[in-house]
Amino acid sequence: MTEPIRLKLNGKEVDLHSHPMTPLLHALRNEELSPGTKYGCGEGECGACTVLLNGDAVMSCMVPLCQAEGAEVETVEGLCIDGELHPLQEAFICEGGAQCGICTPGMLMSALYFLRQPEKAPGGVREALEGNLCRCTGYTRIYQSVERAIGEAAGK
Amino acid sequence: MNTRTNINTLKCLVPFTIAEALEMKAAHPDAFPIAGGTDVMVWMNDGKMPGRTYISLHRLAGEWRHVTGTSDGGISIGALANYTDVRMNPLVIERWPLLVESARVTGALQIQNRGTLVGNVANGSPAADTVPVLMVYDAVLVLANTKGERRVPLSDFYTGYRQTIMDGSELITAIELPHAALQPNQYFRKVGTREAQAISKVVCAGGSTPGGKQFRLAWGSVAPTTIRSFKTEETLANGADAEEAWEVLKTEISPISDIRSTAEYRLRVCRRILEEFIGHQSVS
Amino acid sequence: MSIAPPYRYIGQSILRREGREKVTGASRYVDDNVIPDCLHGKTIRSTIAKGRIVDISFGEGIPWDEFIIATAKDLPRNVVVLIEQDQPALVEEFVQHKHEPILLLAHKDAGLLEDAARAITITYEEDKSAAFEIGEGSLQKEYLIEEGDIEKTFAECDVVFEEVYRTGAQEHVYIEPNGFVGWWDGDNIHLRGSHQCPYYVHKAVKTAFGLKDDRQVDILQETTGGAFGGKEDFPSTVAIHTALLARKAGRPVRMIYDRAEDMACSTKRHPSETRLRIGCTKDGKLKALDCDFRIDGGAYITLSPVVLSRGILHGSGPYKWEAARLVGKSYATNSPPYGAFRGFGAPQSLFAIESAMSALAEKLGMCPVEFRRKNFLKKGDVLPTGQALEGDPMLDAIVDKGLQMADYWNRAKKIAPIPNRGIGLSVFLHGTGFTGSGEVYLASRVALATRGDGKVEVRVSSTEMGQGTETIFPQIAAEVLGLEVDDVLFVKPQTSKVPNSGPTVASRTCSVVGRLVERAAHDLKGKLNGTPIADYHATHGETLGEAKYQAPPGLYWDDEKYRGSAYGAYSWGINIAEVTIDPVTMHPTVENFWGVYDIGTVINPTLAKGQVEGGIAQGIGWATCENVVLEEGAMINTHMTNYIIPTTMDAPPIMVDFIENPYEYGGFGSKGVGEIPMDGPGPAVLNAVSMALRRPLNKIPIIAEELLDD
Repeated sequence: MTEPIRLKLNGKEVDLHSHPMTPLLHALRNEELSPGTKYGCGEGECGACTVLLNGDAVMSCMVPLCQAEGAEVETVEGLCIDGELHPLQEAFICEGGAQCGICTPGMLMSALYFLRQPEKAPGGVREALEGNLCRCTGYTRIYQSVERAIGEAAGK
Repeated sequence: MNTRTNINTLKCLVPFTIAEALEMKAAHPDAFPIAGGTDVMVWMNDGKMPGRTYISLHRLAGEWRHVTGTSDGGISIGALANYTDVRMNPLVIERWPLLVESARVTGALQIQNRGTLVGNVANGSPAADTVPVLMVYDAVLVLANTKGERRVPLSDFYTGYRQTIMDGSELITAIELPHAALQPNQYFRKVGTREAQAISKVVCAGGSTPGGKQFRLAWGSVAPTTIRSFKTEETLANGADAEEAWEVLKTEISPISDIRSTAEYRLRVCRRILEEFIGHQSVS
Repeated sequence: MSIAPPYRYIGQSILRREGREKVTGASRYVDDNVIPDCLHGKTIRSTIAKGRIVDISFGEGIPWDEFIIATAKDLPRNVVVLIEQDQPALVEEFVQHKHEPILLLAHKDAGLLEDAARAITITYEEDKSAAFEIGEGSLQKEYLIEEGDIEKTFAECDVVFEEVYRTGAQEHVYIEPNGFVGWWDGDNIHLRGSHQCPYYVHKAVKTAFGLKDDRQVDILQETTGGAFGGKEDFPSTVAIHTALLARKAGRPVRMIYDRAEDMACSTKRHPSETRLRIGCTKDGKLKALDCDFRIDGGAYITLSPVVLSRGILHGSGPYKWEAARLVGKSYATNSPPYGAFRGFGAPQSLFAIESAMSALAEKLGMCPVEFRRKNFLKKGDVLPTGQALEGDPMLDAIVDKGLQMADYWNRAKKIAPIPNRGIGLSVFLHGTGFTGSGEVYLASRVALATRGDGKVEVRVSSTEMGQGTETIFPQIAAEVLGLEVDDVLFVKPQTSKVPNSGPTVASRTCSVVGRLVERAAHDLKGKLNGTPIADYHATHGETLGEAKYQAPPGLYWDDEKYRGSAYGAYSWGINIAEVTIDPVTMHPTVENFWGVYDIGTVINPTLAKGQVEGGIAQGIGWATCENVVLEEGAMINTHMTNYIIPTTMDAPPIMVDFIENPYEYGGFGSKGVGEIPMDGPGPAVLNAVSMALRRPLNKIPIIAEELLDD
């Protein structure tokens, strides 16, 4: 069919063979590269499929695969390195930020984006997570989780 | 209930230069251009536009992802500049504050990192949040094809529901805003279904020049296209009060009932927004 | 048998057991299954609400011979068994609602499957007698609860208040849509999916395929991305469809719903209509309640009778009545069947009574807090079913704590004169576990099993869907057995491996099943008699600690007369909501929300608070923005863009606390927790909005379009 599309996934070069118009979400999932990235709506509303594309939080269901060619893609699988959880992951466990867990990977990626580029959401955590729907928590414990991770990053 | 578009029926072209993009568009006038993809991907998820050819413009970011000031105090927003690029731009923050506000309420952060202002304009949705703002700022669109460029005022761009004056051979390459002549107390009101990630039930942008000599007022979701309410603007400039202005405005808008709201509600809210806008302008 | 406080694990916020898998993306949900040689399945559905199928045509351009096509004829028994047997798994001839499944397709190419689905045309002879409103169609079920001489008592009242309250449908919006994968191995079917009641699916699949032996059906629950009742009854249909295609294909099949299909076809919260007549004295003593509670059941019975039952059993609120009559009626319509949704009828009837209590207080010129207080149930008081409350509901203490948390008096005083601002409250109760003799019929069982490594396995069919089952049961077992909590493992619910401990519904997991886990742990402890588990296991092999449900002493229910103790225990709570109305758009914003609950012993505070906060957010959504738009009975706003649930920017700060009033027969004193959070927000928000607008409202969701009537 078409040429494979090469991108860097969590630091590793990978070739994807899906159709260039396939949503990045489905390409990553169908090709078993990121089962942790979740489908929730397929229309850019729920945020469960949030990944970082060249450092920016995006909904991977809204990105045609061809547009990710050559890009750096970060997913939830890249957070935990050599078995060591990212401070955000630790915080989500400690504070009860994950319940059913289906929104968690996307929530974590939006939170990571906020940790790295807080200026994009001047209103704080609540604003940073506006694109991630959660139906279990009412969000309170998710804010606490992200704030805990921020506190730890600041050495508190 | 819909079923998804069969992706295998789609063709995707990826130009590497502007010239190539324009040639592709000329060769495939039905081809659908994709900038950030945040509308196209929604349609595909909804089973729309099967068997189509798409031109993905992402390789042109070097040329088209700009937000740059012009020598006459205006600004040029390239076809691939996304909402985040625009709302984080210091010049935009300083001179076109409503653009910051409206870009920030379009979708969520993740959408703002993908979607483009040109895409928002090209899509032609009457509910677009940035389009009334662009109209209030007297935006001009730069349309190009293999034969050349033309500039069209945004308020002349739409001819009907999701219909524009564009030719199949053309692409929008940029939006240009002239120097902002409005007073600082500019007005933006999005009436959404919720506080974030909402599609507007009514959206309004407005402003006035010093001394209230001229007014600008544009509306979304209350007509088949986003509209500038020129007659209302004129009435206001002539010193009309809210009641008189409303009599004019209601002839310029034609809201309908749909899944998000009712015609009646939209009409009533427009009146209240108009009152709020007038109050807001007279405060300064 | 008792383990006395201080506890080692009970009351501790032990970290979520499966937390690490969830935050690393390692948890496997149904759609994460990779099965070689698997086909994709798709459901073709009706496009009319009522009528007869005349013809099904398969359009051109599709290689139909490559497709597996299944219809009702392929199914040994075309039924989705639940309470009744009226719902077919696939339409044979007569369509009863829009989006009713008619035929099934499977193919290896998911894209082509979509094209094929579009190429099928079904012709109908439409029946214009379809019913879409409560009361239009036939009566599915009726209940009556009566206590005292109602008309005589009304005649003695100084004030009689009447109002009709309405609530809308609500979509669950679990972020993970429904889905199953399945395959046959000989005459045995294996199904893995997203659901909350493995044994419901088991029974439905076994019946539909006419299988003789329980062991022929193996149902596994994959990590489930939210359910809230939405994966109680509906998954049985998805499972039957998956199994049918897999059988016909002779290959594994996956049926993963996309969002629009899930929203359009799956069950919703029952819309309700409650006619209330309340009589009281002029100084605010409640005397008589006449409650006519009606729900839209949809096209098939599904769970409507039990939803109806829980509705009227909660319809009298946490108050003492001299006389009460509660009539419940479930009506058939040509809507897709309504089903279980967190609260199960109680949020609807409590919405009516709690909205009425504030409106009536206003009418009497009384403070809504004091009016309620004056009428609260106390120990020994008798409910309309004749049940005398054994425990003290401690409502005054709950209310005091709630008011204090919210700084209610100061806040109310401050905002009272400000237009478009309001504060409202609600007080409510929720019965723990199945209604009436339900738990007796369920006869739930659990087992704890020893392992050679000295650990213990918890074997239950109670599922984890975010609420904490996987964590709290090990806490309970470890507490009794004196083990490290990490040495108690939770077995993934799978019908071939765990006994039937009943469905994960009705706020029963922690209290009812938790009690069984506690008892099974005592059973095992007795057998071990002090021997370390590894040693005992080495000598005796796998040893089980077991428990089977026994009704608490004195708990009696008469199904015929609808009298007795409907529930062994009740949880109680107060909610307070503060709202602002945008004067231009009339859009209500909940600014702050407080809740204090008695759920008995709090086994795990972090998990319990998390569950309650989430339920409150759902309740606020139901009250404010969640509007299911129906067209010919079916939801048309089937996208997350137009069915609006609260985002982070909508959900208010939610403050939650507990008062622990243990229940003797609940797991370590616990009572129901899962559903009660859904009961209070509807009326609390409505009462706050009514105050803000200076006029009583009677309907949720509160829609700005309906408030703007100038």
